Order: sequence, then structure tokens, then C-alpha cells
Amino acid sequence: MLPKREATPMAERSPATRRTLWLVLSLVFAFLYIPIAVLVALSFNEGGLPTAWSGFSLKWYASLTGNSEILSAALNTLIVALVSTAIATLLGTLLAIGIEMRRQYGKGLEALIFAPMIIPDIVLAIALLSFFSMLNITMGLHTIILAHVVFNLAFVCSVVRARLKSFDWSITEASADLGASALTTFRRVTLPVILPAVVAGALLAFTLSVDEFIIAFFAAGAGRASTTLPMQIYAMIRFGITPEINALASIVMAVSITALTLSQRLNRGVIGQ
Amino acid sequence: MAPALAWLTALMVVPCALVLALAFFRRGTYGGIEYTFTLENFGLVFDPLYAGIFLNSARIAGTATLIAVVIGYAAAYAIAAAPRRLQPVLLFFAVLPFWSNYLIRTYAWIVLLNREGLVTQLLRWFGYTGEPPSMLYTEGAVIAGLVYNYLPFVILACYAPLSRLNPELAEASRDLGASALTTFRRVILPLTVPGIAAGAVFVFVLSIGNFVTPALLGGGRFQMIGNLVYDQFLTANDWPFGAALAMALIVIMLLVLMAQAIAADRASGHAAEARSNADG
Amino acid sequence: MTATTPRHRSLKISSIALGFALTLSAPAFAADLVISNWDGYMAPDAMAAFKTATGVSGEVVVHATNEEIMGKLVASGGKGYDVVFVSSPFAEVLNKLGLTEPIDHAKVPNLANLYPEATKLPHDVGNAFSVPYTWGTTGLCYRSDLVKVAPTSWSDLLAPSDDLKGKTTMLATDRWLLAAGQLDKGYSVNETDPAKMAEVKDLLISAKKTLLAYDDTTFYSKLVSGEALLVQAWDGWCNYGIAEKPEIKYVIPKEGSDLWVDTMVVMKASEHKDAAFQFINFMLDAKNHAWAAQNIDYKVPNKPAMESLPADFLAKFPNMAMPVADLVKFEQLRDVGDAQRDYSKIVSEIKAAQ
Repeated sequence: MLPKREATPMAERSPATRRTLWLVLSLVFAFLYIPIAVLVALSFNEGGLPTAWSGFSLKWYASLTGNSEILSAALNTLIVALVSTAIATLLGTLLAIGIEMRRQYGKGLEALIFAPMIIPDIVLAIALLSFFSMLNITMGLHTIILAHVVFNLAFVCSVVRARLKSFDWSITEASADLGASALTTFRRVTLPVILPAVVAGALLAFTLSVDEFIIAFFAAGAGRASTTLPMQIYAMIRFGITPEINALASIVMAVSITALTLSQRLNRGVIGQ
Repeated sequence: MAPALAWLTALMVVPCALVLALAFFRRGTYGGIEYTFTLENFGLVFDPLYAGIFLNSARIAGTATLIAVVIGYAAAYAIAAAPRRLQPVLLFFAVLPFWSNYLIRTYAWIVLLNREGLVTQLLRWFGYTGEPPSMLYTEGAVIAGLVYNYLPFVILACYAPLSRLNPELAEASRDLGASALTTFRRVILPLTVPGIAAGAVFVFVLSIGNFVTPALLGGGRFQMIGNLVYDQFLTANDWPFGAALAMALIVIMLLVLMAQAIAADRASGHAAEARSNADG
Repeated sequence: MTATTPRHRSLKISSIALGFALTLSAPAFAADLVISNWDGYMAPDAMAAFKTATGVSGEVVVHATNEEIMGKLVASGGKGYDVVFVSSPFAEVLNKLGLTEPIDHAKVPNLANLYPEATKLPHDVGNAFSVPYTWGTTGLCYRSDLVKVAPTSWSDLLAPSDDLKGKTTMLATDRWLLAAGQLDKGYSVNETDPAKMAEVKDLLISAKKTLLAYDDTTFYSKLVSGEALLVQAWDGWCNYGIAEKPEIKYVIPKEGSDLWVDTMVVMKASEHKDAAFQFINFMLDAKNHAWAAQNIDYKVPNKPAMESLPADFLAKFPNMAMPVADLVKFEQLRDVGDAQRDYSKIVSEIKAAQ
């Protein structure tokens, strides 16, 4: 293996190369952020249309708070995200510990855990729709939660596993030798080590769940009782665009970005997984 | 472990197996499923019409992948070359948009591209007086949406190997008289193929199964496999055929993953060669 | 028919909705009656008024398209729904699948308000399983101030003049998309002959080249903003445009239209059938049905309701005043059974064409 070294820093390159690299970065960041920035700016536009700036206003945010459909969708999303994250965090963490402690790296097992992260959403969505309707299960928020746990669990598991790779299991043996019960060992030894990863994984799962649309769309039941925010947003986009959506989009983005930033702080490099 | 594995089995493995089984049955006249064994749904996948849609999806997804990889690689390269303390920050902000809502990011492009949208306003501001160009509801809009949505992942995937590059390799290559281009082609590129492959697979797989972007940015004028699967389940009510299409999608995904594994495997061979090129 | 609420109205509706959001949000799960309808296709306070009148509470859930609700009904066997609003060919399918409950005429006395023509519509003579809620035509909706020549024919949409290229939209829903081609060729809107349908397909593929988009949800706003100038539209939908921009006009092409009928059906799986019939009866009340006509701008098949519409309203929306005798001359879209699969395939071919 090569030693871990970084590429030549820009400072050591020729001025021309440096300028080119900075130019590339600026263009890419402009491409990534201009569309988002435009949305956020428009959410404060009195007229609400992209055609003209007609003055700063918070009225679209105010009108959101009066939109019962959006409020109920937001509440549903929160329920789905919180419950599915809680279940997925518990199951995903236990799975990660189970695998890493026993060093069971079967190919089938790896595939099973990897699959929810790579299967096209539409395939998992129709699979769950067929499954629920064949079992005659009435669909609703509970079926969305069941579905969201599937991929959330996989993400939590991989985040926690990454942390456990460097964990020295002999400590737990030592703890057991000293007479600590399995539970005490877990609580006093293992948990403190993996806690940042568990929380990071949970925040990641929460973000994914808040934003997930396709699977929820197929696994939802009748009506408003199981309409989540992304489903509401999709309907709003399809049914003529009202300026309210800019305000809603800005809020949703702020929530996701905050959760992700927290997750990143807790566990460096989590984004990549 | 057991509860998690049970969960995955009950709510992923079993449903997917069910879809596979569905594909072997016949559709009832009014939707629903007739339990007679048939292979016609798989035959239909190869019907020129549907095979054409597969090819067209692959072409659109492929174009998006190519563009995303070129831009993403350049960005990753620039980040890896930035001062060390800036790198995590740059990377974080490059990836951040990826974690905001997909629908919202797609919607942003409707705002930008529609005939009375921001791009048109901007053109007018620069003195353009002609007809506003048609940008929304074109293949270009669909591709732009896909690239925009998946670019951060490519940056991330390419950054990992680029940041681990040993600068001495490139220096050695240059010392031996290789041009910058040759150094890039013979040394840097082979070492970073696994990252490129991972990013490309991700963009391709997500793009080819996408139905939201073609629906919103394509104005219904572009059929991709994702839309076709969606239509079979929610419009035409032909679940068995939809199931067969979904299975075809999974097969494509597996083929692409295999190609990635082979590319990564080859790359490790090339990497050794690249190293010896540089060292020798 | 996909209906949606015009912008100015949706704000009003939001504020009204806020009024009973608090009362509705908690018991929403325990609603007695579940009604599925298009968004903005009935009075926003209809359920509150229904509860005041009958003591039965209910929840309205929204579907975007006929196909979407059909998918859900077929998947669930209709469980969870009591009254569903669907277009007539879809009501026929639900009936053939055995998912609809026969209409108990004794429990719906307001059926007497229907025009005689509305009780013998070919899709369901005698209202055995469906009750018409709205009806109308499919034609061309256009910006009279921006098109050079007013359209008169389906060909004006399918082979538009140069100034309209890239500024037309067609409905995305299978049957109405095909109907434009079938009518242009002079065929029945239920034509299934393969040779004739191949012609229709070629015509619609060539029309695609000049199309801005397939759209059955937002073509109205595209017309108002000027993004589109000529669109295939349901008459009531065009009225939304007219309400916002009087320069928007509606015309039935000289080759004709279909007669579309949106109906109410009661699900066999419903556990509240009496309440469901009560609800239908409530909707057929002359005053309530007139409210619908005047606020969603669609013609209703209710004689006293239509006769109560004010003259200035009819003057503003000329297609609302269309005589019933003229309307029922057009052919209804019918369920075509197995040929639906061919229709789906043709539409896939059109949408996949480059």
C-alpha cells in the first residue's frame, strides 16, 4: 500500500494551474447553489414569481402556517421519520455489533445489507405495494414506517460498522473477565465508543426519511392521514406552482441541512456512506 | 442481529421475490392478476417498443452519467488540490445539496428553465429580445436535472482516491519527462478509476430508474423505464408486466455493478503498472 | 376530468380550511365517511355542511387522476373508501370488477333533479351503479389575443401553424389523448380497429413534434402565463383560465368532442353505505349542485341547479350555457375491455417516440 499522502496543495502549483482549479471550483459551486439560492430568494419575494422582484415579504411563510394540508403533511412526515429512525437505529446498531463482534462477513449477508441502499426506489416501492395489497394490509402511515425502516436500517448499520472496525473487542472480553454482565459491558464499554456513530446514523436516517418520496408514495394509504410532506410537495408541483412552495422548500432544506451538519460534526465522513 | 435480518427479509426479500413471481402471471382484463403461468411479460420486455424505451433510458442515463463524471471529477480534483485545511469544508459544501429534498432540487430547475423563468429573464436583461428559448420539457432539461441531483455523489466518490494519491508519483512521472497530460493519463487516471466507476454506477443506476425527473422536467414527452414501471402499476394496472420491467431493471443494475467490479479489478492491475511506470 | 383549484381560489380555500383544520385534524382518522375526489372539485366546506345537515362526519381525500385512484381501488378492493368520484369509463370498469354497490334509488330521492338525458347515459342507463356529477366536452382552449387565427379544428392543434409550434399542450391521460386523434380522423372515440388506430398513432406522433408538453394538471397556468397558446382542455378547466384572463376562449372543434361524464360511485366494500347514499343525495341537492357549477365552473347534470345560474355567470362562461340536447349528441368514452391494453401500448409508443 502507498502511504496516505495528499495531492500537491494548490500553493505549490503554478499560478495558471491554481487559477484554473479555483475557476473549476467556483463554477461547480455556482451550478450547485444557484438553483437553491434562487428558490430561497423567491420565497421572500412579495410577488412570489420569478419574473420580478417586488419587495421583501414573509407572507408566503405566513400563509404556510395557515395551510392545514401542509401542516398535517408535515406532522405525518415527522411521525414517520421519528418512528422509523428509532426502530432503524436500534435494529441497525444491534446488527452492526452482531456482525462486527462475530466477524461474520458472509457474501449473502453483505448483499442483504447493501441491497436497500442500491435497489432502485421504484422497485422497492412496487414490491412493497404488491406485498401489502396481497396480504390485504390496509396501507397508511404504518406501512410507510415499515418501508422506511428497511433502508434506514441499512444506513445506520453501515455508519456504526465503520466505527466498530477500529474497535478493540478484547476490551469487552476484559470487562467480562472482570465479572461485568453483557448488558453492563455494552452500556459501559461498547456504547460510549459507538455512540457518536449511532447518533450520526440516526440523524442520517432521519434526513433520508424526511425527504423520501417514491416509496412513501406507493406505500401510503388513502388520503390526508398518510400524505407526507414530499408527497404534498409533488402534488403542489404537479398542480400548478404556488409561491408557497418556495417557502416550504426553504424550510425543508433548512431542516435537512441542519440534521446533516449535526450528523457530520458527530461523525466525520459520514456523508460518504 | 435477528430482528434486523428478519425485518429486511420480510419487507425487502419477500416483496422482491413476490414481484419476481408476479412477472410470471397474466394480467386480468381489468387489472388484477390472473394466476396462469406465462412468460409473455418477459417477452414483452424485448418488444421493439419497450426495448427501445430501455435503450433510450440507457442513453439519457448514460449522457447524464458522462457529464456528471466529467464535472464531478474536475471538481474533486480541484478540491483535492486545495489547501489541506479547506478540503473538508469544500467537500462538505459540495455534498450538502445532495441531502436536501430531491423534489425541491428538481423543482428549482422548473423555476430556472420555464419560458418565463430566470434564464429567460437573464437573457432579456442582457438585451435579448427574441422569442424565449424552449428549455423546459426537453431532453436537455431532463439530463440537467439528473446531473444536478447526482453530481455531489460523483464528487465524493472521486475525491476519495484523488485525496490519497501520492504526489511523488506524479512528480516522478514529470521528472522522467512525461508531459502533464501523459502523467494524468498514465498515472493519475488509472489510480482513480475505482472512484470514477463507483460514482458512475451510482448516477447511472439512479438515473435509469428515475421517474420523477422525466415527469417533471420532461413534460411527459420522455418515457424512461421508471415511468414505464410507474405507469404499469398506477396507470395501466398491468402489474405482471410492471413486475417484469422491474426485474429487467434489477438485471441491468446487477450488470452495471459487475462491470464496476471488473473495472475496479482491472484498475488495481493498472495502478500497479502506473506505480511501476512512475517509479521505473 | 382533472380539476384543480385556481390560485385565487385556493388562497380563499386555505383560509376557510384553517377555520376547521383544528376540528378536523384530530378526528381525521376516525372519519365516518371517506370520499375520494379531485382536488377543488367540490365545496371546501361540503363535509362540514353535510355534517350539519345529517350528523354524519366524513373526510375528503384527493386523487390526482382517474388512473391513480383506480390503481388504489383495484389494489385494495375498494377498502377504506365509501364514495369515489371517477370518470364514466372508469366507473364502468369498477362495476365490471364488482367493486361498486348498486345505487339504491329510494335512498337518493334527489336523483329526480337530474336531466332526463342524464339518467339514460349509455355507460349506465338508469343510474344502476353511478350517478353523474358533472359533464361536458373536450375541446380547444386558447389565447384569443395571441393566436393569429382562432382554431376551429383538431388539426389546428395536431398540425399547428408556425407561430403555435412549441406552444401547444395535449392531455396526458390515455383516452383523451387518443380521442383528439380519433376525432380528427373522423373515427369513434371508442375505435379499436388496429388499422385505424395505427393512423391515429402516426398522427399523434407527428403532433408530438410541435408539442410543448403533455399536461393534464397545469395547462391552465401555462395558458395564463403565455407559455402555451393553444391547449387541449376539458371545458370546465378552460373556464378557470377564462376567469383569470378573459382573452382565453374555448371552442369545440368542428369534428366534434366526446361527452365526458364524471360520476359518483359507492364502493361495495364500504361499511357506511347508507351514509354514502345520503352523501350523494346531499350533493344532488339543487342548491349544493348549483354551488358546484358556479364555483368549479363545470356543467352539472342537475336541471334546477342549472336553471338557477345567474345570467352574468353564463355570459362570462359561454360553454356553461350549452343546451343539454347538443351536449348529449356527442359520444361518451366507453370502457373498451381488452382493447385498453392496445390503447396503453399506443400511448406508450407515442410518448416514447422521438
